[in-house]
Amino acid sequence: MNTLSARRRHPLAAFVVLFLALGVIGATYATLGSSSAKASASVAATPEQLVEGQKLFQSSCSSCHNMNGQGVQGSGPSLIGVGAAAVDFQVGTGRMPAMQIGPQVPSKPPIFTQDQIDAMAAYIGALGAGPDIPDPSLYNGDPNDAASVSNGGVLFRTNCSQCHNVAGAGGALTDGKFAPSLRETSTKHIYEAMLTGPQNMPIFNDNVMSPQDKKDIIAYLVQTRTGSNPGGLDLGSIGPVSEGLFVWTIVLGLLIVFACWIGAHTTKASRARVAHFEATTGKDASDND
Amino acid sequence: MSATTAPGAGAAGQYDDVKTDPVSSWADERLGIYKGSKNLIRKVFPDHWSFLLGEIALFSFILILLSGVFLTLWFNPSMGEVEYHGSYLPLDGVSMSQAYASTLNISFDVRAGLLMRQVHHWAALIFIMAIMVHMLRIFFTGAFRKPREINWLIGFTLMVLGLLEGFAGYSLPDDLLSGTGLRIASGVILSIPIVGTYVSYFLFGGNFPGHDFIPRLFTIHVLLIPALIVGLVTAHLILVFVQKHTQWAGPGKTNDNVVGLPLLPVYTAKAGGFMFVIFGVVFLLAGLVQINPIWAYGPYTPDQISAGSQPDWYIGFLEGSLRMMPNWEWNIWGHTLSFNVLIPSLIVPGILFTALAVWPFLEQWITGDKREHHILDRPRNRPTRTAFGVGGITFYGVLWLAGGNDLIATHFHLSVEALTWTFRVLIFLGPVIAFWCTKRIALGLQRRDKDKVLHGRETGIIKVSLEGEFTEVHEPLSAGERYRLTAHEVQKPLELGPATDENGVERPGNRALKLRAKASEAMFSDHVETTVEEYKEIEAGHGHH
Amino acid sequence: MTDRDMETDHLPENTGGAGHGAVTTVAEDPFQDPGLPAHRPRVTDLDPRAAKRAERQVALLFMIAVVGVIGSMVCYTFVPNTKVHRFTGLGTVNMNNLALGLCLGFAFLALGCGAIHWARTLMTDVDLVQERHPMKSDPESTAFAVSEFKQGVADSGFTKYPLIRRSLLTAMMVLPLPAVWLLRDLGPMPKDALRHTLWAPGMKLVNPNTGQPLRVSDVTVGTLALANPANLNDDPDERIDNLAKAAVLVVRLPQEALKGSEAQKKKQWDWSVDGVMAFSKICTHVGCPVALYEQQTHHMLCPCHQSTFDLSDDGKVIFGPAARSLPQLPITVDADGNLVAVSDFREPVGPSFWERG
Repeated sequence: MNTLSARRRHPLAAFVVLFLALGVIGATYATLGSSSAKASASVAATPEQLVEGQKLFQSSCSSCHNMNGQGVQGSGPSLIGVGAAAVDFQVGTGRMPAMQIGPQVPSKPPIFTQDQIDAMAAYIGALGAGPDIPDPSLYNGDPNDAASVSNGGVLFRTNCSQCHNVAGAGGALTDGKFAPSLRETSTKHIYEAMLTGPQNMPIFNDNVMSPQDKKDIIAYLVQTRTGSNPGGLDLGSIGPVSEGLFVWTIVLGLLIVFACWIGAHTTKASRARVAHFEATTGKDASDND
Repeated sequence: MSATTAPGAGAAGQYDDVKTDPVSSWADERLGIYKGSKNLIRKVFPDHWSFLLGEIALFSFILILLSGVFLTLWFNPSMGEVEYHGSYLPLDGVSMSQAYASTLNISFDVRAGLLMRQVHHWAALIFIMAIMVHMLRIFFTGAFRKPREINWLIGFTLMVLGLLEGFAGYSLPDDLLSGTGLRIASGVILSIPIVGTYVSYFLFGGNFPGHDFIPRLFTIHVLLIPALIVGLVTAHLILVFVQKHTQWAGPGKTNDNVVGLPLLPVYTAKAGGFMFVIFGVVFLLAGLVQINPIWAYGPYTPDQISAGSQPDWYIGFLEGSLRMMPNWEWNIWGHTLSFNVLIPSLIVPGILFTALAVWPFLEQWITGDKREHHILDRPRNRPTRTAFGVGGITFYGVLWLAGGNDLIATHFHLSVEALTWTFRVLIFLGPVIAFWCTKRIALGLQRRDKDKVLHGRETGIIKVSLEGEFTEVHEPLSAGERYRLTAHEVQKPLELGPATDENGVERPGNRALKLRAKASEAMFSDHVETTVEEYKEIEAGHGHH
Repeated sequence: MTDRDMETDHLPENTGGAGHGAVTTVAEDPFQDPGLPAHRPRVTDLDPRAAKRAERQVALLFMIAVVGVIGSMVCYTFVPNTKVHRFTGLGTVNMNNLALGLCLGFAFLALGCGAIHWARTLMTDVDLVQERHPMKSDPESTAFAVSEFKQGVADSGFTKYPLIRRSLLTAMMVLPLPAVWLLRDLGPMPKDALRHTLWAPGMKLVNPNTGQPLRVSDVTVGTLALANPANLNDDPDERIDNLAKAAVLVVRLPQEALKGSEAQKKKQWDWSVDGVMAFSKICTHVGCPVALYEQQTHHMLCPCHQSTFDLSDDGKVIFGPAARSLPQLPITVDADGNLVAVSDFREPVGPSFWERG
């Protein structure tokens, strides 16, 4: 019992407390942070897609988008003419149904199965003409085709990197909005986003950017996911900021540890050892150098 | 404990039995090496980790020079356009400058090229960081005081040169990120009143980006600035040798001696060992952690941009200062004055750097202290100076954070606008709060030292007396420790005599003197003094127990 | 623990310094210097076996360095530069780079650690004391140097012949001028180059993605299109310089989305084709390309310093350090239905400059 109180005034006590506190904060943060993401499974799809789609729409979406998808002023936009691709993107990336009011609706694990999403997409697609869910041949660009990938890279840096960053790491927009990271986004959803312009993202229609261009961009993105850090740990691919942080924390810390080792007093022999030496040799230990 | 003294002139024949080897003698007869080195070989250096921060800068600079030479063997500083057909697939067939293409070549086709690029860049980040940390150590310990003011200025110049050199090197590969940096630099140059447009056109050889800038920058980066740095580093080190290293107060250490270990063998091994340790750390970094992946950024073209475009950390404070500035611009008599660019990019760093450069002279003017100082101050014993330093760090830190406001916004789900406004307030408030807090903390630490000296160290062991009184056992300090904690001057504010002499004649330079007295009051009015009388009193008190 | 065996008689009697004129007053050290503590030996100083152990450790570290250096050359030769491998936690890395970095890194580290360990365990750790001497020269040297200098000056006649003195000073003053003068050919005079771009009446807006002229129907509400002047590639040497000023963004805004005064709305609409309008892509702050278009708010953000322009309010700055609106390029449609410029920009694009006015 006494040991703890005896040591609390030790010169190193403050550091021990600091490390413990940091550890506790970190652990708490990690626990709280991980508990927020929960996915829920749901029922199987019915064969009648349109009917099922309408049913799902009315139960899950109509409170914001109105019973027939014509939208509610100040709550949800009209979905007439947005097309099946928009539904597939919004629901497939979990953005819809939206959960909380915020500057932007973020992606989260989808709460519907792909069959249900297809049903809703079919229903909304039938409300008015709009872009359809693309065929896989449109968006499955070949990440090993040099011409396609390099063209995609140029197009990505011209049209996309201003918001999504050259490495697709995402970036900030105004008033708390942001362009999301593209690292985990599926190729289909990337294609649909370009086609439909979700939320504040502009539309890149087929006249402005041909389907082949879009496919090239996707090929480039897939390629950079697999082989973009030959030099080692990529530190989040957010450029010089993380490099600077790294050098000021870990590298500086490491170098100072070495400096302390060099500058510290050498370890001295214990008094018992000195006494033993002097007793056995009869020499003065402090002269023995 | 032993003292070494260099031999003076001895009687002829006294040293006849000293054997010299023929090679050294050959050199001595031509260069006088024995004379020149007799006081150097066993020159004493004090031991302390914080005395090695400058060495980090020195040794990383050596590494930068070596790896830089390697890179120049393949780098082609030309803005001529080529179509790339190297082994980096995602840029195949893309048109780019030769500078960028040759950097890709170094990264992907020259063996060890990527390693050397990463060594060069990591070492550069460490170099400038070490300079700054070293400068802070000098500042907070008062090692810039007489006779070292000149060396402070040399060090300051080295820091500025380091920033320029780093920015130049970062810009050479002509990638999208560094090209954006140059675009910003050109915008800053354009904002300079009267001459800005001309300076920009002369630097870039016409319109931005032109074809001349990278080759010009290359010469500046590999010849002009490195030569200046090498020269100034040499002068810096010569002065450290001539003036001898400062040391911390402690038993046996005085303002008239230097206590430590000899250059041969101990510091040769320690400093040489540290050099290789730094080389080792940088090579490990270069092998394990990627830096500046220019291939991911793509070649520079003025119509492309990436979100999260940031400079290397040491330019981050300028970036932040540009980001947080309100949009003030004046049009007077047909001319444009862009305060939104001028203030953050030229005036703010101008003030910051000037303050840093003149600090030793300013402090000397306030104290009027013309003595040499070789014993370092503990930061707590100079609360006002320490508080100024921390205030300055806070100012710089806020600028630095503001330079990453978009990344802070996305990583912590905040709005860029709210963050920018926060920084606009913090840039004024932060340093003031930091100043006040630091001063309080420093004075608190002084009181704690005093407490330790007078009452000994708190052991944490609680004793209960027979009367039931709880007391904590205090362990008295050793004489050496007590000396270490009290061996510093307690400065008191400047006291002015009467402003007029007995004949009513005003003292010459009265106004400047009053200003000095005010500054001195601000600097030294708060202090904690430990006196022997108090100690004796307590000792006497113990006797009564 | 309460009985202290500290003698107090070594303490100085008098503390506190005297003021030295206008120098801040200083109190002397209250406690006397007990002197350098006696040297205490290390285990390696006493025990030959410990010293031997330390010797072997140092040698081992040096041998690791040898192995690392040789290893680096082996890896350089045999690990292909093109080989990549995926490691958990590290990513897909270049094996040649990784192997070289590890070999050389550990070699240097071992060499350095060996030297430091050697210094700490086997070299002397007895503190040496050396005296310091003031930097100031002794009076004898000072007097000698001053007299020598005076003699030198007198011998030169520098003070005696004012004509030589003044003409020499004049020569020294003009001497550095050529260092600036001879740099004139670094670049051309700016003239009015910053006021003009490649845009001219009838110049087609070409989409850089497709290489085709943009048409009104291409740009729907919510679309972001980019455009360059059709003659951009005519002069390959000047292409990038021209692009740095001429790049534009094309968006379409519904008429009811426009804000501001009636005159401003009319101007903005008149310079568009049915709401399809072109704005300069170059930020008016320090020239980064602005292209972060929020199609719902019509805000255009610059990623460099977060200047935000409201395109529905004639490109006005609503946040950030940029002072001037994003310039709009007046456009119309030609006989073939392509978008073309009505004229060049009506004001200089990009960063401000002194002569801009």
